[in-house]
Amino acid sequence: MIKYICKRLIYLVLTLWVIVTATFFLMKKLPGSPFDAERFNMMSAQQQHVILEQYGLNESLPKQYIKYMGNILHGDFGTSFTYTGQKVSTVIGGRIGPSALIGIQAVLIGLALGLVLGIIAAWKHNSGIDYFTMIVAVLGVSVPNFVAAALLQYYVALKWGILPVGFWTDWKCSVLPSVALSFSATAMVARFIRTEMLEVLEQDYIITAKAKGLSPMKVLMRHAVRNSIIPVVTILGPIVVNLLTGSLAVENIYTIPGIGSLFVDSIKANDYSTIMGITIFYSAFYIFVVLIVDIAYSLIDPRIRLAAGKEA
Amino acid sequence: MDELFVRVHVDESEKEHIAHPNLTAFQEGWLRLKKNKAAVASLFTLIAIGLLALLAPVFSAYSYKETNYDIIYQIPSAAHLFGTDQFGRDLWVRTWMGTRISLLIAFVAAFLDLTVGVVYGAVSALIGGKVDAVMQRFIEILVGIPHLIIVILLMMIMPAGIWTIVVALSITGWVNMARLVRAEILKLKNQEFVLAARVLGTSTSRIIWKHLIPNTVGVIVINAMFTIPSAIFTEAFLSFIGIGMQEPKASLGVLINNGYQVLRNFPHVLIFPAIVIVLIMVCFSILGDGLRDALDPRMRK
Repeated sequence: MIKYICKRLIYLVLTLWVIVTATFFLMKKLPGSPFDAERFNMMSAQQQHVILEQYGLNESLPKQYIKYMGNILHGDFGTSFTYTGQKVSTVIGGRIGPSALIGIQAVLIGLALGLVLGIIAAWKHNSGIDYFTMIVAVLGVSVPNFVAAALLQYYVALKWGILPVGFWTDWKCSVLPSVALSFSATAMVARFIRTEMLEVLEQDYIITAKAKGLSPMKVLMRHAVRNSIIPVVTILGPIVVNLLTGSLAVENIYTIPGIGSLFVDSIKANDYSTIMGITIFYSAFYIFVVLIVDIAYSLIDPRIRLAAGKEA
Repeated sequence: MDELFVRVHVDESEKEHIAHPNLTAFQEGWLRLKKNKAAVASLFTLIAIGLLALLAPVFSAYSYKETNYDIIYQIPSAAHLFGTDQFGRDLWVRTWMGTRISLLIAFVAAFLDLTVGVVYGAVSALIGGKVDAVMQRFIEILVGIPHLIIVILLMMIMPAGIWTIVVALSITGWVNMARLVRAEILKLKNQEFVLAARVLGTSTSRIIWKHLIPNTVGVIVINAMFTIPSAIFTEAFLSFIGIGMQEPKASLGVLINNGYQVLRNFPHVLIFPAIVIVLIMVCFSILGDGLRDALDPRMRK
């Protein structure tokens, strides 16, 4: 197990290094510059020199790269171009709160709804609610999240006026974006649980439990559900990826001061250092989630642990 | 006792007779797919959408970039089936032009995934040893990278357009395919029929083309079917957040973005492209599920 985790950690570092390097050189190829072209050209050569010096853009590429890597190791992601004088880590740090809140709420909604739908669908196989669940599952992954978010905003917020249209003033503002983000999670969980449950329900121990005379409710809760829920851990990785993607669009639609909207804004403003900071942040977050999911799964299910041990 | 039983004459040639004509895997798959009503309906819907995308712009009196400021934001009517947008452009034509672009991107991206992914996976599995180890370590690093981030970064440094999106999508999209193909070929190449072919003196390239590849086609087709909707989504998504296709080109993402801007007053601008993209995605995912059941009955649940 420890060997396995160590191996994974080495990959984690390697992957991050590849991402940072690729991003760094891609960034230098960006058309345009982070400075306002008109005003920048009005400056004297000396002024330009000073500004470039200040952001470390005067040196040769390899030198900039080495310096940047060194700084990252010290946790310094440079200074933002848009938010003058602010450290990138500070800018990102200030945006994590809203994104995290929406993301966590979306995962919770998705898990809760998906579990309930999936379990009922499998229990009442081929019934109306089963078909309903399958339709939800297909629509949830097929309707692009930005379309869902836009329609929710239009009907719930604009037409019916139940919840705020956007902004970030109190908790109510986080409800619609969380719901919009949760669709894909709900669909994935419901579909997965349904398939798992259908398989578990055919197992011999379910028949035994029924034959023992246990009430259907007990068979369902004690035997079927417990054994179907564990594998859901495996799809947490893809779910989180979908949330990251979704947050880029959803945060823009609901004007939420989160990381997703910061990312899109800094792309449009050519804010090199912020783009890099967020890329690294997203990647690291994603890799960590996948790692934790894998470890958690092998801890829960001993069969997986053996397989992993063999591989390592 | 013996006379009670009469020996029935069995014709030797009848014994080995195969009653049913020999079917290829695809014909069998098609027979199974035909029974899946939802999948067949999706297939026909997709064909209809494809035909509309191809023909509607050709047979319309309007062009996708022709502006007319006298008729901006008209609601759907007989002249403009889907209404008009902020420049008085006909949305019926624009929507189908957008569909055309989305489908084109999807198919080209899927095709590139196919070639790169299949070749990478096959080479890795067939050569094996150190080459396989290195190729797999490389893939393990790639798998850890969130795709969309890389696609976005690539989109930023390349000029906006169809081919940029295709390149960006295929750079990141082939990894899954490579893994699946490798796993499948590793499994196949140690099976008895390959050994039998080898014993009979079949050349390696013939084994690859006649035995290994045909047996992997199911996995490849199924995976490609899921690549297509994800490519369509990614294009629309990039265009929606403003770094994909640019005006006056009309991809579904651009149209949805335009519609979103005026959703409050002119919902029809958003609704039609949104319906088309949802239909495409739903049909591809149902058809993909159907194909998986039809081509790989073991996975059916």
